[in-house]
Amino acid sequence: MRNPLARLKIIAKKLAYFGTLGVFTLFASLPFIWMLITTFKQNPDLYNTANNPYIFNMAPTLTHLRELFMQTLFLRWMLNTLLVGVLVVIITLILVIPAAYSLVRLSGRLGERLGIGIFLTYLVAPTILFIPMARVVANLGLQDSLWSLVVVFPSFTVPFGIWLLMGFFKSIPRDLEEAAMIDGNSRLGAFIRMVLPISTPGILTIVIFTFTLVVQEFIYTLTFITSAKSYTVSVGVPTFLVHGDVYNWGAMMGGCLIASLPVAILYNFFLDRFIGGLTLGAVKG
Amino acid sequence: MAIVEVKGVEKHFDEVKAVDGIDLLSIEGEFLVLLGPSGCGKTTLLRMVAGLEKPTAGEILIGGEVVTHLPPRARGVAMVFQSYALYPHMTIFKNIAFPLKSMGMPKDYIKKKVHWAASMFQIERFLDRKPRELSGGERQRVALARALVREPNVFLLDEPLSNLDAKLRTSAREELYRFQKEIAITTIYVTHDQIEAMGMGDRIAVIDHGKLRQIGTPDEVYFDPEDTFVAGFLGSPPMNLVEVGDKVFGFRPECFLPQEIYLGCRDEVTPFGFQVTRVENLGSDRLVYGNLGERFDHHHVIANLPTSFTQYPIETGATYKFAVPSPMIKFFDKKTGRRTKIFSF
Amino acid sequence: MTTGNAPPRPVGAEKVGRISLLLDNEKLLGILMIAPAVLYVLALVGYPLVLAFMYSLSDITIGSVSYNFVGLEKFKEIISDSGFKIALKNTLLFTFVSQAIVIVLAKILALLLVKNFKGKFFLRALILMPYVAPISLGVIGWLWMLDSIYSPINWFLQHSGLFGKDFRPMWLGKPFLAMFSIITVHVWRMLPLATVIILAGLTSIPQDIQDAAQVDGAGYFRNLFLITIPMMLPIMMVAILFGIVYTASDIIIILVLTRGGPYDSTQVLVSKAFYTGIDASDLAGGAAYALFLFPLLLAVAIFMLRIARRAEVT
Repeated sequence: MRNPLARLKIIAKKLAYFGTLGVFTLFASLPFIWMLITTFKQNPDLYNTANNPYIFNMAPTLTHLRELFMQTLFLRWMLNTLLVGVLVVIITLILVIPAAYSLVRLSGRLGERLGIGIFLTYLVAPTILFIPMARVVANLGLQDSLWSLVVVFPSFTVPFGIWLLMGFFKSIPRDLEEAAMIDGNSRLGAFIRMVLPISTPGILTIVIFTFTLVVQEFIYTLTFITSAKSYTVSVGVPTFLVHGDVYNWGAMMGGCLIASLPVAILYNFFLDRFIGGLTLGAVKG
Repeated sequence: MAIVEVKGVEKHFDEVKAVDGIDLLSIEGEFLVLLGPSGCGKTTLLRMVAGLEKPTAGEILIGGEVVTHLPPRARGVAMVFQSYALYPHMTIFKNIAFPLKSMGMPKDYIKKKVHWAASMFQIERFLDRKPRELSGGERQRVALARALVREPNVFLLDEPLSNLDAKLRTSAREELYRFQKEIAITTIYVTHDQIEAMGMGDRIAVIDHGKLRQIGTPDEVYFDPEDTFVAGFLGSPPMNLVEVGDKVFGFRPECFLPQEIYLGCRDEVTPFGFQVTRVENLGSDRLVYGNLGERFDHHHVIANLPTSFTQYPIETGATYKFAVPSPMIKFFDKKTGRRTKIFSF
Repeated sequence: MTTGNAPPRPVGAEKVGRISLLLDNEKLLGILMIAPAVLYVLALVGYPLVLAFMYSLSDITIGSVSYNFVGLEKFKEIISDSGFKIALKNTLLFTFVSQAIVIVLAKILALLLVKNFKGKFFLRALILMPYVAPISLGVIGWLWMLDSIYSPINWFLQHSGLFGKDFRPMWLGKPFLAMFSIITVHVWRMLPLATVIILAGLTSIPQDIQDAAQVDGAGYFRNLFLITIPMMLPIMMVAILFGIVYTASDIIIILVLTRGGPYDSTQVLVSKAFYTGIDASDLAGGAAYALFLFPLLLAVAIFMLRIARRAEVT
């Protein structure tokens, strides 16, 4: 015999649960939903304050996207970002992989402490250093060049990557390396033949996160780069907004959306690993 | 095949002396067991022979060559880890082939040897699978095959049976022993399980707190323990140790039986009064707990009667006349724990 | 083929080669493997850090040819500037208020997300968007949302019947509202990260501890406050640490939303550093502004790590 009161309670609980969840989701995604709608809204519709902004009062249009790709440097910025991203990832991997292994396996307690020190470096980087870095870049003759970014970005991707990969290497049982050494490898050989192949997921995570760090970077790019054609997407879009006289919202929203989506998608798939590495590294020292 | 020699080896971890001066000389082709409680240093010793740890002091020789500071790959040893340490991302074939590949052997040779090693352990049908698809017992055989495939000088095993469930352990024990006799490679086997040690070892080295207490055949360490630690460690239940003044004497529970049993026995027996406090029926054995007489301070001892001795009913609270064949009584010095001459009490 | 009669294999150093033996020296190998990264970090973090200190103690500008040591003059100049007090206050205000809100909301959201339900992956992806999207781009979305004329939020409030047609708060135009907006955007951005971290902590609490609590008669809230939260302290520290660092050192939200306005009321230390050092070419001033953050970040980091160590449960 069903108790109707109990039934009501269950429904109320479910409503509260999904309701709250809904509010959070709305809060998080509203700006992006916004971008999606605005990208396809016709200008008269967009700028008419009497219209309901949440729906298409006039038919959706592709004009803004066309403007974005044809009349702005957006495509060029995406390319710049991609280029810098790939190069920085390569440099980061070369520096990070041996360093993380050395700290985890070869340095004992000193290694643990050094690992934390390196993590602290990541905290310090761009915000405090961008001023003197501006001068350093100028002295190297790299101002206004994408190469300045390639050279400087690893200064924060490397500490971050080392910390992340350390957490990952720690989870590999020592047994496996010792077995590889007994089976005829030196320490280095065991590292190359055994540890690296097993670490592919961890290394992939580093690649993804390094890349996203590059795409997100703002302050160094803003400081070092001054000509529009050398911007990355992260700085190009807002600066285009700030310096431009006409606020072409439609095109700009399109740009934001297109540049955000790939990163967001990649990030989503690797987030669990990232958190694992984060907590392992931080909590277990 | 080679002799392993350990001379005055020590290993210190900060303040702790994990291995505190051990001398050992193995016999060619023997199955040598390092037996001791957890943390006694037996695994550390094994790892030093393997080259995974560097001794703080002392020397290690394999086949007459000093290898103390050489890395594992220069020693010609093979090791089976407690966790088996199978390479998870490789097939069984590649796992077994790995040592040969690391040595730079040609492909055909590798193929031949891998099949040979796999057939020794009847795992040929797994060669294309990955470790995670195999059961514990199967993985263990893969680990053994990988160790065997290089035809090493010395086989090192670190508690390889402890991850198997009890039933599997008994059959694995027998297989391992037969296998070792067949290939006749010097084997050093670490375990804390005395039954494994007694069942498989040609000789047992009993280790405690980093020191070697006794090395000998299973019979020697069981019936002729050199000190109270060995006497107390081997045997389940362990040897009864009774203090008399500054001396200790001991006898095994299975020798401590009702006096009537020894009637007609050739050996002289030593009688004891035995007041029973508890009887445990364990199926094949009957454990009788009780106290000796006032002369021995009512010392608590255990007797182990086979259940088949049905004509000796034991009641709690009653006192019986028990006896031990005199040659089975061992005497120790109370302070050092070492064996001493016979004394009368 | 048995091996009983095989000749003993060769043992010894000649078998492996001198150089390869050298690499077995783990200390040497360790140093070689870490050297490139350490050198790089020293060059590109250590050296500029030293420079930052040197600049702040000088009067150097972007065009300067020489270096003039002036001691603490620059710092004195900055501290007496009215803008400094506002920037410092704002930095602390925005950081701590937003992170306090984040940690509470993140707890709630994480608890909601512990259960599995249909479409969870998709929902989680949406909730994560603020953090994973490039910051500047996400914030531009807010720029429109908070625009005084076109804000859809205002439109909604106007038409919801609660506020009337003329209700048009200037979210970015009035100092108080602007600060409120900035804090909101900070919360919006950091909530996903904090939530995911705390969620990971929640799922890592062993089931048998929760079972024991239930058997011991703990109700939902008692369980939450006396068992769950204390056990998750280290992870919460990680979330808070990251939140504080990211928020205190953030310049993007300020630059894009308000450019420090209205009337410099929403300036923070970093934005002041930028405007002073790059816009106004006063490198020394910029460096000095930025350096005020350094002790704060360092102190927070060390403090958090120490607590995390002590509270380590496993």
